[in-house]
Amino acid sequence: MNKPQRVTLFMQCIVDSCFPQVGEAMVAVLERQGLTLEYPADQTCCGQPAFNAGYRNEAARLARRFLDVFEDAECIVCPSGSCVHMVRHHYRELFAKEPRLLARAERVGARTFEFTEFLVDVLGVTDVGASWHGDVTYHDSCHLLRGLGVKDQPRALLAAVRGLNLIEMTRSDECCGFGGTFSAKYPEISEALLETKLANIQATGAGAVVGCDMGCLMHMQGMIRRRELPISVHHIAEILAGRQ
Amino acid sequence: MHSQTPLKYRELAAGAVKDSQLHRALGMMRDKVGRNAVNLYNQIAPGQDSRRAAKAVRSRIVDNLDVVLETLTENIRARGGQVYLADTGADAVEYCLQVARRHQVRRVVKGKSMLSEEICLNPALEAAGIETVETDLGEYIVQLKGEAPSHIIAPAIHYTREQVGALFAEKLGEPYTDDPPSLTAMARKALREKMLTADMGISGGNTACAETGHVTIVSNEGNIRMTSTMPRVHIVLLGIEKIAATLEDHDILLRMLTRAAAGQKISTYISYVGGPRLPDEPDGPEEFHLVLVDNGRSRILADPDFREVLHCVRCGGCLNVCPVYLNIGGHSYGSPYCGPIGAVFTPLTRGIGECSHLCQGETLCGACKQVCPVDNDLPRMLSLLRAKLADGDPKWDVLPQSRAAKLAFTAWSLVMSRRGLYDALRGLARMGQRLLPRRDGWIVRLPGPLGGWTRGRDFPPLAEESFGERWARRNRDGRDA
Repeated sequence: MNKPQRVTLFMQCIVDSCFPQVGEAMVAVLERQGLTLEYPADQTCCGQPAFNAGYRNEAARLARRFLDVFEDAECIVCPSGSCVHMVRHHYRELFAKEPRLLARAERVGARTFEFTEFLVDVLGVTDVGASWHGDVTYHDSCHLLRGLGVKDQPRALLAAVRGLNLIEMTRSDECCGFGGTFSAKYPEISEALLETKLANIQATGAGAVVGCDMGCLMHMQGMIRRRELPISVHHIAEILAGRQ
Repeated sequence: MHSQTPLKYRELAAGAVKDSQLHRALGMMRDKVGRNAVNLYNQIAPGQDSRRAAKAVRSRIVDNLDVVLETLTENIRARGGQVYLADTGADAVEYCLQVARRHQVRRVVKGKSMLSEEICLNPALEAAGIETVETDLGEYIVQLKGEAPSHIIAPAIHYTREQVGALFAEKLGEPYTDDPPSLTAMARKALREKMLTADMGISGGNTACAETGHVTIVSNEGNIRMTSTMPRVHIVLLGIEKIAATLEDHDILLRMLTRAAAGQKISTYISYVGGPRLPDEPDGPEEFHLVLVDNGRSRILADPDFREVLHCVRCGGCLNVCPVYLNIGGHSYGSPYCGPIGAVFTPLTRGIGECSHLCQGETLCGACKQVCPVDNDLPRMLSLLRAKLADGDPKWDVLPQSRAAKLAFTAWSLVMSRRGLYDALRGLARMGQRLLPRRDGWIVRLPGPLGGWTRGRDFPPLAEESFGERWARRNRDGRDA
């Protein structure tokens, strides 16, 4: 798509409610690109938690609402691959038997981008003028990586950050065990996956882990805090907004 | 053998996640086989073309299964083999018992059949007074142990050679050793004797080929070569879907199968069987039976949403990359088919309600889809199974699983569809969360069904000011200034 002048913000609900600083960091990076930002104040959630748990009617209620709220946007940007994957792919499944909604969902889905995907693929930018000093390792979120095929974009953005040294962890693409309600319903299994992930992070020696999705990041941070591990957790927007 | 029900999934998994030896063994499968499979596909055809080609082949076959089955049947019969179509597992077992009775069989040698696990054949044979011996080394080990296989292609992956050494010392009366070649020699000695004296051989099949009328069995030990030719009767058990229409299709599938299953371009042995010994042939059985087993498969075939799962070639590739399987091992699934493929296939054949944990206890990370040699969209089907559990489905005899969860998600979606209500309730929750125990700001104990999260992880609190509120304030202040 052509480079847009105006961008509509689609805030993942956990960013809105629990990590507003991540949203603000994304705003800062986008504004430095000279974009005009809009935030539809009545947006809530894309419906993914219900969809993944199997409650499709409930997910469809929110999906219809999402289309109402974002229908007129020229370009929608979200700090979460998982939410974008929901809008771009699962809405098509939800509305497979409703042609009018399906057509709307496809139109909106094609204009919805994950933050790093938007910067690199739509704006063509990898250096956003950020600096951040230290070693970091990057976690590939499942839906971002396999659902949207976004693997190189965040790495290219991190590589251009002054002072930042990216150290790849073993199996950066292996699930952290979050999986939405899975994490509360099957805590034993979820924690086992998370322990493996944290061990791989620690083995890099980096003091920080960076990702593109607050779902995975809050999951990792949850155990890091419980166990008082010396690792800081950051959404990539916070790094890219940094001017240390 | 599978005495555990899939409903014990969480319990069994909780035990297995602590088994570090299991994780070492499974980690080896992951690193040596699982993560290399895609590279090996790319050696056949650059990019993802070979997976798409295999998917197209499987899809065409499954869509025309009636014709393909008929061709296979005709060609096997033309060669003097007998073909039986079993509707249920019980039918298949009964057929095997009848053949065994007719030939006064006292000993059966077996190998390479997941399907026989699915239909519980071994206990039925044993109950009929027929000694039943597994001849695949891994299957032999788990049989001596009185267990079920824990992996589709590496059934005894959960054992170390030291454990196998101790088991052989106990069961075979041999001196203890943990030297693999010596252990293999012990098993070979014990199994040769069984194979030479068995009256009947039973095997599975990796694929059949309708055009040529044969069944293909892939192995690395040569045991199938003997199981299929030495006893005077041979029965092949095959799921009705595991068929290639033409030799060309067969070739495409076989090349993907060995790569996905074991990281091999080709396996050590490939046996082609399809009828009894001909008068001028030196070996082979006097009687050959092919038992095509439905056991719920035509019900899957009739549902366009799940038909895709019948494309599966049972390579076990999805197991080797599934982070959940790699942490909990095969026995946690309570089913011969474990891992992501088991989480889809088992509920469809044994009951979605009875197997509710299998499709819910996965993270939908998508690694299985990425490695599948026939590009099966297992996450899509897992998600759809969850939808059936959520709302019920008379077509699949599923009742809605949880009234409380339904109510919670309905309430949640109603709240989320009105921003004002959402903000008001979030305001209440902000006050409410002050009552929850916290440390450095994060919540250390959540109530109710969310309590699972805080068992080993802290939970983030709601921010005092949401992004939306900050945005509104910024714009307001901006205007005021």
